[in-house]
Amino acid sequence: MESRGVKALLRVASGFILMFLYAPLLIVVIYAFNKNISASWPPNLFTTKWFSVAWQNPELRPAFFNSIKAGVAATSIALLLGTLASFAVHRFRFFGREAISFVLVLPIALPGIVTALALSSAVEVGRSWFGLNFGLLTIIIGHATFCVVVVYNNVIARLRRTPGNLVEASMDLGGDGWQTFRYVTFPSLKTALLAAGLLAFGLSFDEIVVTIYLSGTTSTLPLWIFNNIQRPVNRPIVNVVAMVVLIASLVPVYIAQRLAGGAEAGVSRRNATAA
Amino acid sequence: MRNVRAVLAVLAVMTLVVAGCSSSSTTDSGGTSPSGGPMLVDSIGKGEGTLSLVAWPGYTQKSWVDPFVTETGCKVDIKYGNTSDQMVNLMRQGGGSLYDGVSASGDATNRLIAGGDVAGIDVNKLFPEYANVMPTLQSPPHNTVGGVHYGVPYMWGPNILMFNTDVVKPAPTTWEPVFDANSPYAGKVTAYDSPIYIADAAMYLMSHQPDLGITDPYELSQSQLDAATELLKTQAALVKKYWAVYTDQIDGFESGDMVIGTAWPVNQSVIVADKKVPVSSVIPSEGVTGWADTWMMSANAPHPNCMLKWMEYTLRPDVQTQVAEYYGATPSNAGSCEQLSKDLGKDAVNYHCGDDAFLSNVYLWKTPLPDCGDSRGATCMDYNAWTQAWLNIRGG
Amino acid sequence: MRRSSAFLFRHRRLRLTATLGVPLTWMIVVYLLSILLMLATSFWRLNALTSEVERVWGLQNYRTILTQPVYRIITVRTLTMAIAVTLTDLALAFPIAYFAARVATPRTRSILLLAVVMPLWANYLIRVFAWKTMLAGGGPVEYLLGHVLGVNVSLAATNFAVWITLTYLWLPFTILPIYAALERVPGSLIEASSDLGARNFKTFRKIVMPLALPGIVAASIFAFSLSLGDYLTPTLVGKNLFLGNAIDQLVGTAQNRPLAAAIAVIPMIIIAVYLLIARAFGAFEAL
Repeated sequence: MESRGVKALLRVASGFILMFLYAPLLIVVIYAFNKNISASWPPNLFTTKWFSVAWQNPELRPAFFNSIKAGVAATSIALLLGTLASFAVHRFRFFGREAISFVLVLPIALPGIVTALALSSAVEVGRSWFGLNFGLLTIIIGHATFCVVVVYNNVIARLRRTPGNLVEASMDLGGDGWQTFRYVTFPSLKTALLAAGLLAFGLSFDEIVVTIYLSGTTSTLPLWIFNNIQRPVNRPIVNVVAMVVLIASLVPVYIAQRLAGGAEAGVSRRNATAA
Repeated sequence: MRNVRAVLAVLAVMTLVVAGCSSSSTTDSGGTSPSGGPMLVDSIGKGEGTLSLVAWPGYTQKSWVDPFVTETGCKVDIKYGNTSDQMVNLMRQGGGSLYDGVSASGDATNRLIAGGDVAGIDVNKLFPEYANVMPTLQSPPHNTVGGVHYGVPYMWGPNILMFNTDVVKPAPTTWEPVFDANSPYAGKVTAYDSPIYIADAAMYLMSHQPDLGITDPYELSQSQLDAATELLKTQAALVKKYWAVYTDQIDGFESGDMVIGTAWPVNQSVIVADKKVPVSSVIPSEGVTGWADTWMMSANAPHPNCMLKWMEYTLRPDVQTQVAEYYGATPSNAGSCEQLSKDLGKDAVNYHCGDDAFLSNVYLWKTPLPDCGDSRGATCMDYNAWTQAWLNIRGG
Repeated sequence: MRRSSAFLFRHRRLRLTATLGVPLTWMIVVYLLSILLMLATSFWRLNALTSEVERVWGLQNYRTILTQPVYRIITVRTLTMAIAVTLTDLALAFPIAYFAARVATPRTRSILLLAVVMPLWANYLIRVFAWKTMLAGGGPVEYLLGHVLGVNVSLAATNFAVWITLTYLWLPFTILPIYAALERVPGSLIEASSDLGARNFKTFRKIVMPLALPGIVAASIFAFSLSLGDYLTPTLVGKNLFLGNAIDQLVGTAQNRPLAAAIAVIPMIIIAVYLLIARAFGAFEAL
């Protein structure tokens, strides 16, 4: 539809925008091999010693595992709550239906510091009521709360695109509620859940503001980075860690993309023929 | 419609219930009673096996923490505080039961004492080494209230005027280059990003506007605070960036964005070690503010014995020498000075180790209180007023 | 199993309660109550002497915010920055989203989307700090500006630095919803439009844009709200204070939670208005 000139222009523009997106990441990678401790330009290349220093850093591994634990727990809770909420909104008509998506989006729409302030005040209250302490549990609760909307949006978008007659057909053929869910509904949701789960995990893994306010003595990877980026001796290993995490996440993100993309194409093809 | 109103009503009621029932968000007083006299900690029992501290970065390096762990069996957990305010926050979290102790500076100590967050210690009974602490730091107002000691002194240092020797010529002798509107270094100045920095402006005004009658830069009347605020608003136009975390200043000097401003000795040490830009520092003629840090124990410390052992350990002259050499600050134990001079040679003079005369002229950080401590009575501006003034300076 | 399934099938209300009840209870107990508690706090005050929060109801904090000029200055500065970042993000996101959705081959498209998403997996602080390094004195940006454009200016610790960093951070979040919206425009409509004689640009203006608008508005929500409350970026790469800084300093420095809560109401109101407008554009379906 577009003219050749416009297409070429768009291609060039996209190229520049991609360069913009990756220039800072290039800086991170370069500085991971910087001999100097200081962050000033130009860097003094080339060394790989920071990799072993990072590996031996005693605070890094607990922080990393805490981040994984919090991410998995928060994502699981978000998957459960988000799926339930999207089913409720998609399948039923009830009063306040539109308000649900508004309420769910609030934790992510309101500035992080507002959410952090509100939740930390609540935890202080919880501490005096039933001894709730700042720590991994409060971090998980905080993360799950703003991850729910990510799952909700993905699942409800998928539900809206899935033809409803499949469920009816399943029931006509004698399947009860649970069987229908297991054999008909869930498979069509699988990739949406995977994509949503990955996005939710990413949000939790990277979260800093709410985590600062809710963590107590517990350390997560972003907190570790926050602390160490301000200590000159440890700054190079922060760059190393960032680079390793980035490269390590390539594989799962790529896989998730392939699965989500393939299924999307399948669903829209099905819709096109059904229409 | 009915449903929505019902839900809202329930929510409102629940909020009020929660708001009304929960206790306030600060700690219990931890054993001090105004009438019966304070409850002093005066004995050290068996170590609990763990110690959790809030510390300035650089105060708890492995080279002196590891021997402590071996000796006492108390495993040490550190939470780094980058600012005094953050440390006060941390010590109050969880009712004061999250951390055993904190290396508090004078702008935090009085708040912690007033809030009942820290315990009184019978230092003379528990720590024989205390007798060797410099006279000015034996019972300073920032950690000794009503004759009760609330901790043991650690390191102290002045807030020096640091400058890039390639750019700033000739070497300054006053604070004028960072405060004067016509400073030749406008746009490359730095200042400390904390309300306590108002004291530096007040100290400057003591010499440059003596008719304001400021005698103590931490005890300011409304008009004196206003004058300091005006000066700082003028300075804001000169400042490239305020530094709150010391690496901000190191980055700033090494990139050339900053060339002059108030600094901690450790900042200078790091920049000198990095060898990227040449820096030097002076003690200007108007004087300097400074800080003296105290290890304080939480009133609700989960591991009090390990904390007391830590206090005893950090008072030792050899430990203080180690810390001083690493951090670039001065030990409070005068017994450290001999070893320090031996190790540092001619550089030791910058530390003013054991120089009580010098220290007594440093305007050490202390929390501004309404009680002026002089004939004005209780009319001075408190820390809240200072933070509001600071917000006005920084936010404009 | 079958009996419970049949039971649930007959009792619609119960199904609804079970399905909706769990997430709703979580959101109410964990989140909404916390927000309401924070709002209640904004009407209390800090006792200056004891540094404790006194439950004395009053409008003192709101009076402070309305009378002291610094809060107005900070609010205007923050709002301007958020709008600027949003507009820049939309301008940068649209070409690449359009390219990916309507021009690129499927293989290029999936690589492109992957490339857009990957930077989000580098930690937020790291990316901000990379910009701090790039914009610092003697850094690559200053070098480029000086030698290529002949412009000698220090970008470190400026509002410009904050603007460019925030634009960078939220760009992937802006690209994805616009891409999704553009991708959903059925090819049949475009063909029909050109069959009816409309030229390329007219089709774009009258068919594609209106259909993609909800997605564009949804994308703007991310850029706007994330910029409105951010305080770490101004702290690291900027000098001036924004709303998030004011809140954070009042909690951290002054421990004045009541006043911080009152200030927090400002971005809440702004976002609420923005969300209501966005909802009118149908952005919630396009999130």
